[in-house]
Amino acid sequence: MSKYLVLVSIILFSYMLSPALLHAEDATDIVKKSQNAFFYPGKDMQARVKMTLTGKTGQQRLRELTMLRKNSDGSDQKYFIYFHSPGDVRGTSFMVYKYSGKDDDRWLFIPAINLVTRIASRDSRSSFVGSDFTYEDVSGRDIESDNYKYVREDTLDGKPVHVIESTPKSSTEYIKKISWIDKATYIPLKEEYYDVQGSLYKVFTAEKVDTVGGLPAVTKRTMSNIKSGHKTEVVFENISYNVGLSDDIFSERYLRKPPEKWIK
Amino acid sequence: MIYILTMLALLVSLSHASYAEEISFHGFLQGNLSARITGEETNNPIESGDFLSGEEKLRGEVTGSSGNSDFALKIDFVHDSISDEDRIDLREGYIDYRSTNFDIRVGRQIITWGAGDLLFINDIFPKNYSALFSGQPLEYLKIGSDAAKISAYSDIVSAELVIMPFFEPYTFPDPERFFLYSPMMVKGEDVPGKELDNTEIAIRLYRQVGRFDTSLYVYKGFYKIPGMKPLSSTEAALFYPELSVYGFSMQGYFANGVLSLEGGYYDSMDDKDGDDPTITNSTARYIAGYSKQLWTDFTASAQIYGEYMQEYDKYEDSLLSLPPGFPKTDRLHQLITIRFNQMLKYNTLRLSLFSFYSPDDEDYFIIPEVRYNITDSMWTTVGLNIFGGEDSTTFFGQLGKNDNLYATIRFEF
Repeated sequence: MSKYLVLVSIILFSYMLSPALLHAEDATDIVKKSQNAFFYPGKDMQARVKMTLTGKTGQQRLRELTMLRKNSDGSDQKYFIYFHSPGDVRGTSFMVYKYSGKDDDRWLFIPAINLVTRIASRDSRSSFVGSDFTYEDVSGRDIESDNYKYVREDTLDGKPVHVIESTPKSSTEYIKKISWIDKATYIPLKEEYYDVQGSLYKVFTAEKVDTVGGLPAVTKRTMSNIKSGHKTEVVFENISYNVGLSDDIFSERYLRKPPEKWIK
Repeated sequence: MIYILTMLALLVSLSHASYAEEISFHGFLQGNLSARITGEETNNPIESGDFLSGEEKLRGEVTGSSGNSDFALKIDFVHDSISDEDRIDLREGYIDYRSTNFDIRVGRQIITWGAGDLLFINDIFPKNYSALFSGQPLEYLKIGSDAAKISAYSDIVSAELVIMPFFEPYTFPDPERFFLYSPMMVKGEDVPGKELDNTEIAIRLYRQVGRFDTSLYVYKGFYKIPGMKPLSSTEAALFYPELSVYGFSMQGYFANGVLSLEGGYYDSMDDKDGDDPTITNSTARYIAGYSKQLWTDFTASAQIYGEYMQEYDKYEDSLLSLPPGFPKTDRLHQLITIRFNQMLKYNTLRLSLFSFYSPDDEDYFIIPEVRYNITDSMWTTVGLNIFGGEDSTTFFGQLGKNDNLYATIRFEF
């Protein structure tokens, strides 16, 4: 009997020491820190973004835009995106007020008819401008939307990482996401998405991480769709933080007449 | 007068500026063709036959900026293949001056107001319905206004004041190319003259109220859709009665979608009593619309539009004085619209459907369209304009013989 107890105790004890349980409490904290490092660095951000969409046959499409971001109270944010190319969207501006715990407000400016309108696309899993990135991949997923599990400690390209598994609470097009999060910077270096059949279909890679104004910045990233063979590479050029964006930039006035100082 | 002063002030300020700082050139080459598929021929088959439009268009756009001012010039060089004629359209051409709390834009400019989707109440700026009915790209529904626009911004409320010295009526299809209904032979058109008194003024005040973009509007000017004044028992002249509009619009997030509300009172200044049958009676107008994404990259929208006539009894009485043939309208005229939009293949393929239906006029207008971005710089659309109705005298019903297939291809540079 006592022998049995000892055995149980040993099993229990070794289980408690395993990284999975050791980190069970703080998997959510790690994701929180990772979101802060990835989507919220600085008080604001200005960047020139170049996206290259490559199809299975090798056909490429390019999108060039300026992205302005300002952090508001809590985890709320404002985004202003101005399209430089391709020609059919040149001069188009897109504005988002992102709220934590409730749906975004989204506006679109169509220069050909000088129209500012609200847009109804609510689905954060929709493709961002036809790329392999979704709106969520660009501005972050609500922390409350997933359950998190600490998988293991590991190294990726020589960097120590936390490996975290996220499972969406409500149904979406993936059932599981595995993230390799840099222990030093909390930047997600790699993410794998598994579809409802449980097979890997999308991979995110932070290919180049620089330091800008003392903050880590992913300056080159890719999202590859393993199943379709489609791939999107995003390069952030001239990224700067804490540039002093004022709230009035994120208004109808500047949607209609983009703030030249910031969008060049 | 304000227009002239603003122009002068701008010229003085611009004379010190040079646009060498940044100038950019862009544009497109476009082919657009629209053919009637009903087999019907107009009285003038030599003019157009089965074709409603056939155009090659070269757009040149030059924009430049220097300091607080900038300019834009957008010109369409058009070859009309049906009439074998060339023309130059100034699409937009304006100068901007920007200050901390106000902006001024002078010149030809496109202005779009309101919360409707292809339905307008407080947007009284020039439009070209001929372009819409013959399948030209949607942007050509709107035409530039020759105007001065002053915008003022503050945290409490922002404002736009638009001064339009030259009246520009809506463009409707050419009877040489379209089958249209007219109760009488149109002889001449009485357009408001180019006099200072006829300057149109439009004001918009706007701010956010909660999560809603909210605007108030006032307009003083003229109806853009003409009335008909009988000259004899068979002939009539078109004219544009005075109009004032007071309205509002709201658009914002509601129940996982976008809710749009707009209303306006069309005050018929030349016929306050409503007893002149040739002038549109005063009406209260409204739009309620809702748009929602139902699944990834699929959006569905619906709108209801209404016009409620104020002095209906007097309108009914006054009809007796008109020659027979003038159709009688109901007190409440309504339209229902539906839009479906599905994006496919990484947003390069778009399937869309827009339809109008009037339950009182019992007429409809349906536009199914496919758009494909062949490359980053080239796109094409193919679509149908399908019209019809119980009567050939209603707005869409009269167009019933004009069902057409259209195609556009555009190369952007």
